[in-house]
Amino acid sequence: MALKIIVCAKQVPDTNEVKIDPVKNTLIREGVPSILNHDDANALEEALKIKDQYPDTHITVVTMGPPQAKDLLIECLAMGADEGILVSDRALGGSDTWATSNALTAAVKKIGKFDILFAGRQAIDGDTAQVGPQIAEKLGFPQVTYVKEFSMNEKNITVKRALEDGYEVIQLQMPCVLTTIKELNTPRYMTIGGIYDAVKRDIPTWGARELEIDLNTVGLDASPTNVFRSFTPAPKGKGMMLECDCEKDTAKVLLEKLVEKHVIS
Amino acid sequence: MAILVSKDKCRGCKMCVRACPFEAIDMVDQKAVINEKCTACGQCIGICPFEAIEKTPDKEGPVDLSDYRNVWVFAEQRAGKLMNVAIELLGEGSKLSKEIGDRKVCALLIGYQTDHLIPELFAYGADRVYQIDDPLLENYTTDGYTKVMADAICEYKPEIVLYGATHIGRDLAPRVAARLDTGLTADCTRLDVSLKNYIQYLDTCTTLDTSSIDPNSQDKNLKQTRPAFGGNIMATIVCPKTRPQMATVRPGVMTKLEKDETRKGELIKVQHKLAESDIRTKVVEVVKAAKEMVSLTDAKIICSGGRGLGDPSGFELIQKLADTVGGVVGSSRAAVDAGWIDHSHQVGQTGTTVKPKIYIACGISGAIQHLAGMQTSDVIVAINKDPDAPIFEVADYGIVGDLYKVIPEIIEEWSCTCNNN
Ligand SMILES: Cc1cc2nc3c(=O)[nH]c(=O)nc-3n(C[C@H](O)[C@H](O)[C@H](O)COP(=O)(O)OP(=O)(O)OC[C@H]3O[C@@H](n4cnc5c(N)ncnc54)[C@H](O)[C@@H]3O)c2cc1C
Ligand SMILES: Cc1cc2nc3c(=O)[nH]c(=O)nc-3n(C[C@H](O)[C@H](O)[C@H](O)COP(=O)(O)OP(=O)(O)OC[C@H]3O[C@@H](n4cnc5c(N)ncnc54)[C@H](O)[C@@H]3O)c2cc1C
Repeated sequence: MALKIIVCAKQVPDTNEVKIDPVKNTLIREGVPSILNHDDANALEEALKIKDQYPDTHITVVTMGPPQAKDLLIECLAMGADEGILVSDRALGGSDTWATSNALTAAVKKIGKFDILFAGRQAIDGDTAQVGPQIAEKLGFPQVTYVKEFSMNEKNITVKRALEDGYEVIQLQMPCVLTTIKELNTPRYMTIGGIYDAVKRDIPTWGARELEIDLNTVGLDASPTNVFRSFTPAPKGKGMMLECDCEKDTAKVLLEKLVEKHVIS
Repeated sequence: MAILVSKDKCRGCKMCVRACPFEAIDMVDQKAVINEKCTACGQCIGICPFEAIEKTPDKEGPVDLSDYRNVWVFAEQRAGKLMNVAIELLGEGSKLSKEIGDRKVCALLIGYQTDHLIPELFAYGADRVYQIDDPLLENYTTDGYTKVMADAICEYKPEIVLYGATHIGRDLAPRVAARLDTGLTADCTRLDVSLKNYIQYLDTCTTLDTSSIDPNSQDKNLKQTRPAFGGNIMATIVCPKTRPQMATVRPGVMTKLEKDETRKGELIKVQHKLAESDIRTKVVEVVKAAKEMVSLTDAKIICSGGRGLGDPSGFELIQKLADTVGGVVGSSRAAVDAGWIDHSHQVGQTGTTVKPKIYIACGISGAIQHLAGMQTSDVIVAINKDPDAPIFEVADYGIVGDLYKVIPEIIEEWSCTCNNN
């Protein structure tokens, strides 16, 4: 089988490394590395596993972001993807998920026919988990989100879709859109040879003109949602430290306090 | 709408550069310049000591959206059982409909043979139930539910549609939003229509300067507040130009109404045009996890353990504590990742959001992702041997010590106290 697979991957700040300045109550963004979004690494890994099985498979990774997002594509190529495409244009800046999915859908259509499109379930910065399903809708293809197990044969794809209290087994046909979670697989590392080849590769950049996209459907102004206010949550305010000589007394004081405040009776 | 820096006012102090979550501000000739990574999130505006940064207003004037009325709640059910979050959303929907004024709260009930749920929806606050019933809708499918839901929204034109941010809600809502070309806000933890309430919230829970918001403005847009950036920032999202305004809402955050079995409402059976060929996925089976579901969201008391337990057997002590206090066992992600306890116990951003009367955190450091799931608990007790652990920043009562020494004493004292009363 010569499958065509598209992977959507986003470069994100490692939000786990972000700290809040306790005095000014603002975000400290300095020194926080940009990484390949976790779920997207799982998306690419699943595509690579299919390619391991069917070596004629062709994997194209597409990312939308600033020029620096090229680094992410180099990383994906070094992991084993065949092609990387950067979608980048000032006109796309500030897009919400509706507008982002318009731009990515245009890019996917320009790449051409595909069998499977993998996206991550959720990006760790915007945290919405909306872009994958929105691309699927705009392409008019079926989707399965929260994919935690995947298998396929010539005719069908079978996946397990995680639920809060279990899972569903779902069958569908290609072409389709699947969004992946970390339970699906363990992403492989880049290879030295891969990195060596990847940095020499030519990575095309597509702007709004190449995408032939209506500028009323992308960017900040076109987005149906916008940020009204944003803030860092104020800490709840430090409570009381119970300091006693021994654990027994501490436990006593705690219980007294809880009773006093009518938390327990 | 865009962020603008006044070249005259900017002194090149770089405060905004450091505060920007998206590296969207560069220094050019010692002046801040906004680059294409800007999402107009507005973090920089309040930080600038020289008031050099501002947001330009929307280009277009308000559109006529008055055709749209009422607040809808997606009454998610699985195997004939309503999800808790749907009931919570009816409570929240009632609140919002009062804030808008003269609006109804409506439940949209999709499934097969769901009649038994209708009285329950009325009892929890629905003024009206729209029911779409068909054998093809027995199991949730993206295609089936999206079609009937989007068609119903087009026909009845609600101004707000709320979904639980469950694995089903977050599959369905973006698909419906894309079909209707409207905005969708993800995973909200607070909703306001009333600007007065919103300002009051900002004043009590944040350090944001609210003087620029006019409490008497006629703004009746839904202000949808949600954590983003891994819980490090909160953003309030609006959807001013399109309808309906749609949001997925985190389970366990909103408050249910008291159940009132005598409440009645109006039932509308919605005609639909779903055909078998519309559904392109086949649900082969739905498997419930064999393990008993820990109902963290319903628990009055939660006793959570983290990596500080040292090994899996530590959860035996946590269980004992939970049994004594009549609570349920929770955990941090580190304990789940270590394989000490099942994911269903995890509290936090990628686990469950909880709001018990008492949350007891044992050997949990208090990472932002953990706090995101428990910091609205009524009373937080933290036990940690590190006096500088961030968990103490949110704890009402902090105990510095070895949990293996402290917990047995609490168990003992608790038994005495509660048996004597
Ligand atoms: C504080 C804040 C809050 C926001 N809240 C909302 C909101 O509630 N609703 C809304 O519509 N927008 C919102 N946005 C805008 C939103 O973050 C952007 O539209 C963003 O480009 C995409 O959303 P995400 O990061 O949540 O991606 P997700 O939808 O979580 O991403 C899912 C998957 O889609 C793919 N994908 C996403 N973005 C890209 C990309 N640029 N390139 C390639 N693949 C990609 C990846 O595979 C990813 O794993 C918010 C922005 C900010 C700053
Ligand atoms: C995208 C993302 C999502 C995440 N989602 C979640 C989530 O939903 N929930 C979650 O919890 N985490 C989540 N995390 C992980 C989070 O960042 C932390 O890594 C995790 O919460 C740490 O767990 P912990 O507090 O148990 O462990 P640690 O941070 O290792 O803390 C252990 C604590 O135990 C104390 N301790 C040690 N021994 C003792 C003793 N004998 N007595 C008393 N105290 C002791 C130590 O002082 C320390 O403070 C997420 C991370 C990411 C990146």
